[in-house]
Amino acid sequence: MAEIKNYTMNFGPQHPAAHGVLRLVLEMDGEVIQRVDPHIGLLHRATEKLAENRTYLQSVPYMDRLDYVSMMMNEHAFVMTIEKMLDINVPIRAQYIRVMFDEITRVLNHLLWLGAHALDVGAMTVFLYAFREREDLFDCYEAVSGARMHAAYYRPGGVYRDLPETMPKFETTHKKNIKQVNKLNNNRQGSLLDFISDFTTRFPGYIDEYETLLTDNRIWKQRTVGIGVVSPERAIALGMTGPMLRGSGIEWDLRRKQPYEVYEQMKFDIPIGKEGDCYDRYLVRIEEMRESNKIIKQCIDWLRINPGPVISINNKIAPPSREEMKGDMEAMIHHFKLFTEGFHLPEGEAYAAVEHPKGEFGTYIISDGANKPYRLKIRAPGFPHLAALNEMTQGHMLSDLVAIIGTQDIVFGEIDR
Amino acid sequence: MEDILFNYFPSAANIIWIILKIIAIVIPLMISVAYLTYFERKVIGYMQGRIGPNRVGYFGLLQPIADALKLMFKEIILPTKSNKFLFFLAPILTIAPAFAAWAVIPFDIGLVLADVNAGLLYILAMTSIAVYGVIIAGWASNSKYAFLGSLRSAAQIVSYEIAMGFSLVGVLMCANSLNLSQIVLGQSGGLSQWYIWPLFPLFIIYFISAVAETNRAPFDVAEGESEIVAGFHVEYSGMAFAVFFLAEYANMILVSMLAALMFLGGWLSPVEFIPDGAPWLFVKVGFLLFFFLWFRATFPRYRYDQIMRLGWKVFIPITLFWIVFIGIMMQTPYQGMFH
Repeated sequence: MAEIKNYTMNFGPQHPAAHGVLRLVLEMDGEVIQRVDPHIGLLHRATEKLAENRTYLQSVPYMDRLDYVSMMMNEHAFVMTIEKMLDINVPIRAQYIRVMFDEITRVLNHLLWLGAHALDVGAMTVFLYAFREREDLFDCYEAVSGARMHAAYYRPGGVYRDLPETMPKFETTHKKNIKQVNKLNNNRQGSLLDFISDFTTRFPGYIDEYETLLTDNRIWKQRTVGIGVVSPERAIALGMTGPMLRGSGIEWDLRRKQPYEVYEQMKFDIPIGKEGDCYDRYLVRIEEMRESNKIIKQCIDWLRINPGPVISINNKIAPPSREEMKGDMEAMIHHFKLFTEGFHLPEGEAYAAVEHPKGEFGTYIISDGANKPYRLKIRAPGFPHLAALNEMTQGHMLSDLVAIIGTQDIVFGEIDR
Repeated sequence: MEDILFNYFPSAANIIWIILKIIAIVIPLMISVAYLTYFERKVIGYMQGRIGPNRVGYFGLLQPIADALKLMFKEIILPTKSNKFLFFLAPILTIAPAFAAWAVIPFDIGLVLADVNAGLLYILAMTSIAVYGVIIAGWASNSKYAFLGSLRSAAQIVSYEIAMGFSLVGVLMCANSLNLSQIVLGQSGGLSQWYIWPLFPLFIIYFISAVAETNRAPFDVAEGESEIVAGFHVEYSGMAFAVFFLAEYANMILVSMLAALMFLGGWLSPVEFIPDGAPWLFVKVGFLLFFFLWFRATFPRYRYDQIMRLGWKVFIPITLFWIVFIGIMMQTPYQGMFH
């Protein structure tokens, strides 16, 4: 009888379920996976090295491109580290705006994750439903920063500008007549806050729609329950954070454990799983979207009644207003210095982390007192998760591998950096 | 026309007449396959809050023709290490049975190419052959993804063939015939006489097996877009790929047609005051086809071993039980319910 041997199969980097450029070398026994060997680096853009040659402000947009589905959260970690080293205060209104946009970003990320995960498991429609809502949230990004994805909105010392009083509106084209356009613009008549507020009232209904398609679906359950189980002990040992850790039943959330900005004032629950399988992580993330929605609502209520500055008045860090520059020599000089030389960070090092949708996202800066970092290290949550892939897929089938990659919520921008 | 043909070319007339009949079946079939793809894209599009194709022609109605033209002009790439003969045999072997099975499908009383008595067996035989096309395609491509896809497909089709066969046994017990026209005529007498009522469990199992048999979502593991990319036809391009596509959709129409004939009374009208006729059959088929598309838009994909479990441990026992149940009921005074 012929000897039966395992065979090696290449999964990706061009594969619909590879979430970008993941390459896996699989050792398979029929359909059953024996070993998974992730190969990374196909999206390496040397962000950390590039940051060493740019001023701190110039590096902010690079952060957007790390995890390109939760843009503002990446910026947040970076500007927080800078603020920590400079020891400056961020105006309270800016903190609320940051928290609100952090949660909008979390919803954005989880929507993409949900759609992509469901698509990996074979349910097409959730993907398009999720993108319908992402469209509205991108409009919020656009209204506030001018860019739909790579916002560069957070700045050391606050945010770039205050929330706009008007929402961008649709215009008529040869495909859309005035009636259709008016329908689309119906909830865009007021300010950005009105639009977000309208979204938060609609959004729980949308989540119910996704849940109708998935949560009690027998096939969905068969595909996710008991797949990729991680015990609480192993989850900690493997360095998991975020929903991956909470799915295993450990209540760890930086927003609660090491509160930053105004998270202390927010009322929200931290959902945790029980079994640590794909289904629990799915439920955790769905619940997180509902919690984020609550936080956004609380921020809106506060922001409506509390006007104020949104960026530090310390002109050594934050640029003076345009108006001021016209008449004030001092302001002109500050502006010139900030956008040519940039600001200097005191000698030393600091680490600051935020509760990113995917886990703990932190940046570590070592400064030698220059206007650019001596070394920047980015702690990407996806990296340890991907490292755990081999352990999570042991004894599962090829189809489960796809489900597990989906549940890990991997984005290569941050893993390869 | 028949008279002219038989008067002027008596020797070849019979063959020409049959060929004309075949053309009269295949051409509309090809057109309905093309427009089924359009219908699918539109239906799923609206289910997902999109519009679907709307650029080529009014409402995108020329889209299938544009797609066909594009595929025809594409190069057919032959993988270096593939077996050339088998590589080209596979698509032919897939599409031939999908069309051949139509020979015994009756569209109305007497409107059938070959009114053979073992029509049902013939169809079962033809649909079974289709699996060879898939296996050979995966094997000849000499690619691991294609090979996995063909293995999955082989196991799946063979298992579901059994459940499907058993549910058809129930039909022939009721109808006392293997002739499809006879089966339809056995259901005459309005909506209440259709076999769907006494054979309801078998109808459900037949329909689900039909979805599995045609490799459609949620049983599309052989294609498994997100797992093994395109499965058995990953190495095919151009028209060779299109032939697999055609076969898949022709099979969908075929199994829906069979379900309509055997469980839903074929061309018979559900109510007395509207006459019977072929349009009824097309309405029923269209209704069943809609379900195929609806499933695709709604369900996640099964895992390969779960499909096997469903087929062997759920469907086959249920069909066996129901066949025995029908058999017993036929010996009791209630036999009228089962004809």
